[in-house]
Amino acid sequence: MAAAAELSLLEKSLGLSKGNKYSAQGERQIPVLQTNNGPSLTGLTTIAAHLVKQANKEYLLGSTAEEKAIVQQWLEYRVTRVDGHSSKNDIHTLLKDLNSYLEDKVYLTGYNFTLADILLYYGLHRFIIRKLRHREVGN
Amino acid sequence: MLDITIGKKLSVSFVLPFVFLSPIKETESLADIVLWGALYPLLQDPAYLPEELSALHSWFQTLSTQEPCQRAAETVLKQQGVLALRPYLQKQPQPSPPEGRAVTNEPEEEELATLSEEEIAMAVTAWEKGLESLPPLRPQQNPVLPVAGERNVLITSALPYVNNVPHLGNIIGCVLSADVFARYSRLRQWNTLYLCGTDEYGTATETKAMEEGLTPQEICDKYHIIHADIYRWFNISFDVFGRTTTPQQTKITQDIFQRLLARGFVLQDTVEQLRCERCARFLADRFVEGVCPFCGFEEARGDQCDKCGKLINAVELKKPQCKVCRSCPVVKSSQHLFLDLPKLEKRLEEWLGKTLPGSDWTPNARFIIRSWLRDGLKPRCITRDLKWGTPVPLEGFEDKVFYVWFDATIGYLSITANYTDQWERWWKNPEQVDLYQFMAKDNVPFHGLVFPCSALGAEDNYTLVSHLIATEYLNYEDGKFSKSRGVGVFGDMAQDTGIPADIWRFYLLYIRPEGQDSAFSWTDMLLKNNSELLNNLGNFINRAGMFVSKFFGGYVPEMVLTPDDQRLLAHVTLELRRYHQLLEKVRIRDALRSMLTISRHGNQYIQVNEPWKRIKGSEADRQRAGTVTGLAVNIAALLSVMLQPYMPTVSATIQAQLQLPPPACSILLTNFLCTLPAGHQIGTVSPLFQKLENDQIESLRQRFGGGQLEETLDLKAKMSPKPAVAETGTTAAPQQIQALMDEVTKQGNIVRELKAQKADKNQVAAEVAKLLDLKKQLAVAEGKPPEVPKGKKKK
Repeated sequence: MAAAAELSLLEKSLGLSKGNKYSAQGERQIPVLQTNNGPSLTGLTTIAAHLVKQANKEYLLGSTAEEKAIVQQWLEYRVTRVDGHSSKNDIHTLLKDLNSYLEDKVYLTGYNFTLADILLYYGLHRFIIRKLRHREVGN
Repeated sequence: MLDITIGKKLSVSFVLPFVFLSPIKETESLADIVLWGALYPLLQDPAYLPEELSALHSWFQTLSTQEPCQRAAETVLKQQGVLALRPYLQKQPQPSPPEGRAVTNEPEEEELATLSEEEIAMAVTAWEKGLESLPPLRPQQNPVLPVAGERNVLITSALPYVNNVPHLGNIIGCVLSADVFARYSRLRQWNTLYLCGTDEYGTATETKAMEEGLTPQEICDKYHIIHADIYRWFNISFDVFGRTTTPQQTKITQDIFQRLLARGFVLQDTVEQLRCERCARFLADRFVEGVCPFCGFEEARGDQCDKCGKLINAVELKKPQCKVCRSCPVVKSSQHLFLDLPKLEKRLEEWLGKTLPGSDWTPNARFIIRSWLRDGLKPRCITRDLKWGTPVPLEGFEDKVFYVWFDATIGYLSITANYTDQWERWWKNPEQVDLYQFMAKDNVPFHGLVFPCSALGAEDNYTLVSHLIATEYLNYEDGKFSKSRGVGVFGDMAQDTGIPADIWRFYLLYIRPEGQDSAFSWTDMLLKNNSELLNNLGNFINRAGMFVSKFFGGYVPEMVLTPDDQRLLAHVTLELRRYHQLLEKVRIRDALRSMLTISRHGNQYIQVNEPWKRIKGSEADRQRAGTVTGLAVNIAALLSVMLQPYMPTVSATIQAQLQLPPPACSILLTNFLCTLPAGHQIGTVSPLFQKLENDQIESLRQRFGGGQLEETLDLKAKMSPKPAVAETGTTAAPQQIQALMDEVTKQGNIVRELKAQKADKNQVAAEVAKLLDLKKQLAVAEGKPPEVPKGKKKK
């Protein structure tokens, strides 16, 4: 889904009432958030992390040093590997790899739900839910 | 975001989103260092850092003058600049092209190629010529013999070993693949002979005969029929399905042998063989198991190691054991004959040099032959101390027979000899005959190397393989096919599932293991049946026919083609040509998908034009509905012919429903013709496919998952590769294995449940550990090495 839409969804699920306005930048329409006090923030994961802190839910970014690193890793994965790769082979490999990774875990970091799970969920949604293409018509 | 491609053409597209990397200008942050490091090789070259980018320039300079940065640059680039990174970059995978279009929710749209006006015009002309373009049907020849000046295609499928009931993997690897190509070859009006048969000599048959109290010949008679029946059910269109135990086999094999002997390509030597004193016989390779001397695999068989694939002599096995009684065999000497492969190597290389380039030998086959040659050929033993086999016509060797790897490939010749006494017109006629040989990859050395050497050494103008088509392995769900454990679907069981043969054919061909192993999956079969067959192909053909019946009284209506329709004609033609290109090169899977693409176009065409609505409209609308219906039903007719190599029964059904004129049913041209002109009357149309339901599939999966325990058939084949089936001694009793399997399934469910409930992590970990342990126990009970069983079933 478009980045702005995704971020709005995230705001809602974090319980933020704000309703930020996001602009888009560049060829790839990367989201930008103009903050009141400071430079603008650019990038899906950057803004998402900022929103999490705003909502006082920093635990979603990981609690231990390792967990924080893993969350960062999967946020990066979402943007570099999941977005922008539509070839069937790539998707297939990706899903297979994720499946292997998740075999002994409940969530991406192991046992705790984090922002990584949220963003990866949003990112994979379009691959897992498909529209019906042909319907029986005509009679 | 940054894109940097360093290579021949240095291109940089910078979208540096911010000029200041750290909020506090005076201190470097991690971001500065990482970015500087990535950009340094590029920016240190002034050509890439023009003065105008002053902010970037000063940032870069600020960092580059720092001592730690300078040292880093020294260490990595060593004065070479960007070139220092070349070896590293060359090892990286190709970067995928940057996303040009916006990412959407829709699944990938197929790009329609742009057509030229000329292509469209040609397609329309061909369409309009219609049925008169069809050449006369060639009369059926019996027996089929090569004709000078025509394309003569000889097709063999690896001979299944008579004792083994084939499973789905065997079937797709050999007979089914070859069948698709044979049928296609006939649709192209090429002179085609497709032959196969049962491979009947060898120890396994001898043993089975003893067990069942019959003669080996009687065993072969019994099982040959079982094979023939299975293939008949699968609609395999052999011209001849023979046997290797005929007088012709003896005659031809001995003839080749004598010629090799006379020309000095046969060596004699004393061989040390393993003899089981308790069983009182020399052990055939398949009855010895031990540790592979090359790779250490513990279940290496006495002729080939399943793990590393190397050929070995049984005596080379470490810690050998007699598979029947588990005692340690002793080494005894015996005289044997050897084919002097090294002496024939040069001829072989010459022949390969002429044959391989431009041919359709599959990549895996080329690779295997090349590795054999690289490892160096050694003389290969061609005799054995057995009774059931082709006798060796040499004094002193009366109690020996030819080893199966020598004479089995000669089976194709003798089977042909039994079909027609003019067999030499196929087999000693390399100028006029194109020989396609289908097999699974572990048969490649014998077809691509051993037999060609024998034939070249015999110097009798034998036809050698032009195109060697080898498949990888088909696995069954998560593991291997195993008759003794009742895992997987074996030939005769497929009939009992109530799923028609053509559906099996379709799915197996859809997952044909071409470039790599693939796996049979019940769930996937359900999916493909319901999506590709029911919703795509079946839906399109049925609708097209139904519209003719319902709206036009069963007569194909007038078609007035708009430019869009003409473009559709051209697209279909393009895809049809692609189908031809692929199938000519035996790319069976891809050609199938190509056909399904046409069907998809057809569905879209109907969807967009809505003939069911237009038929109720104005005169112009009704005419449009007519055109669309007519064109659609003609596409359906085309599909019925393209489908024939894959699903012959369904093909015939469609053709009967549409009343397609007979000449159009048997010939496939490279043009899309109007075979059902306006006014043509069709027959009764009805749905072609049934939906497969989840519970139906689930119960089938249970049935074939290891629940039933059949009588242990001897699974060691000569022509078909074998699984490492451990006989009684190394495995636990079947009931134990079944009990363990049930426990694994139960435990797996427990773990899944816990995860879904987000249970306490220690609890989950404990249950996962239990699951892994149970899996280990199961592996041990099955006699497999206790690693995660991603095992392969060959062929």
